[in-house]
Amino acid sequence: MSENLYDIIIVGGASAGLTAALYASRQNLKTLVITKDVGGQALLTDHIENYPGFGSIGGFDLMTKFEEQAKSFGTQFVYDEVTSINANEDTCFTLTTPNGEYDTCAIILAFGKTPRDLGVPGEMQFKGKGVSYCAVCDGPLFKGKTVAVAGSGDQAMDAASLLSNVAGKVYLIHTWEKPLGDQEILQNLNANSKVEFLPFSHVTEILGDKSVSSITVEDSRSKQRKQLQLDGVFVELGYVAKTDFLKDLVRLNGRKEIEVDRECATSQPGIFAAGDITDVPFKQAVISAGQGAIAALAAYNHVQKLRGGSSVRADWKVKKKP
Amino acid sequence: MVVDVDSATWDREVIQSSVPAIVDFWAPWCPWCKRLMPDFDSLSNEFVGQLTFVKVNVDQGPEIASRYGVQTLPTLKFFCAGRPLAEIVGYLPRTSLKTQLEMMLSNHKNCLAQSSRLKTNA
Repeated sequence: MSENLYDIIIVGGASAGLTAALYASRQNLKTLVITKDVGGQALLTDHIENYPGFGSIGGFDLMTKFEEQAKSFGTQFVYDEVTSINANEDTCFTLTTPNGEYDTCAIILAFGKTPRDLGVPGEMQFKGKGVSYCAVCDGPLFKGKTVAVAGSGDQAMDAASLLSNVAGKVYLIHTWEKPLGDQEILQNLNANSKVEFLPFSHVTEILGDKSVSSITVEDSRSKQRKQLQLDGVFVELGYVAKTDFLKDLVRLNGRKEIEVDRECATSQPGIFAAGDITDVPFKQAVISAGQGAIAALAAYNHVQKLRGGSSVRADWKVKKKP
Repeated sequence: MVVDVDSATWDREVIQSSVPAIVDFWAPWCPWCKRLMPDFDSLSNEFVGQLTFVKVNVDQGPEIASRYGVQTLPTLKFFCAGRPLAEIVGYLPRTSLKTQLEMMLSNHKNCLAQSSRLKTNA
């Protein structure tokens, strides 16, 4: 065992992970959150209008409140990325990051999903040089320029809508006849002269010198390819579960999401999961938070069982903060 | 300490800096920039005398961002003797950011001695 021994380690620092941290810390568990960043996908949302208790709140503000509340009960944070988890003979685990090792007998996996890549030549080369995965962050840098959005769902339509407010022209490259999603946004995009739809199409290559100067787009029906001169490509293909490093440890479903039971327990005793990375059918901040609370209480009971202590069914006492 | 820089002060604070400079290109609308800023601020206290910490609000200094090809926020650029020699594109957690800054300083430790000073626009 390393010197970094914790009662519980939570991997991920957004709605699920931070709520789990709050609940675990309130049970006086020595709690560590290991996360690359705090906030996850919620950070990119300007207005969250369906988180109870807040009429409307920005994702950044909401996640900051989560973080502060967890810290106020003693949660510790390490800003790093877990690259492997190994089960030891004594039913506990070692988590490895590029900068250290951490031991625990209870883990909550709550690291959400990551943006899906296009997977075409030029994408990695021009990442940050015209290839973007965040229209909110980078859109305003393309004022008056020509950009493309690759994607077929709500996320792509939102990005096209946002970009049409700043860019000179927006290509929306989508897989089927029409993008799939909110009809009102689609109607607005149809009426927007800056937006050109490229149906049945996908990007095959991104080209440029120091930054993006064009892309190649293929029509999936005719297989004909054409080149579009432009300055930026926004990849809005949704999110994927990057769980390959866990495949020998916990059971995953066909979408590589972590399968959990009603106590958020995975197939591996001692490992729990919560939030978007699980097979829960609805991906919402409030659901992630609820799952985080369940996972933390179940993990607490697991720790208590190992210690020979009593379990809890609820957390409603006023606790003294450290 | 982090110095706010715009077009008027760019040459003095970055191009003419007596030590290498790390420049944070950010904007108020960018959530990852907000996340990065406290770490950038606190790291500035750990590199005193080695690295000048500078931030450019691209809303107020769009021509600087454009001149150096900034197309993603946040972007950090490492300048030595007025030249951009390395960059970090996108958010990094504090530990990784510190490691990257140390690496940049190590990779370019003789850059001031080896470089002729760029002429300024002033």
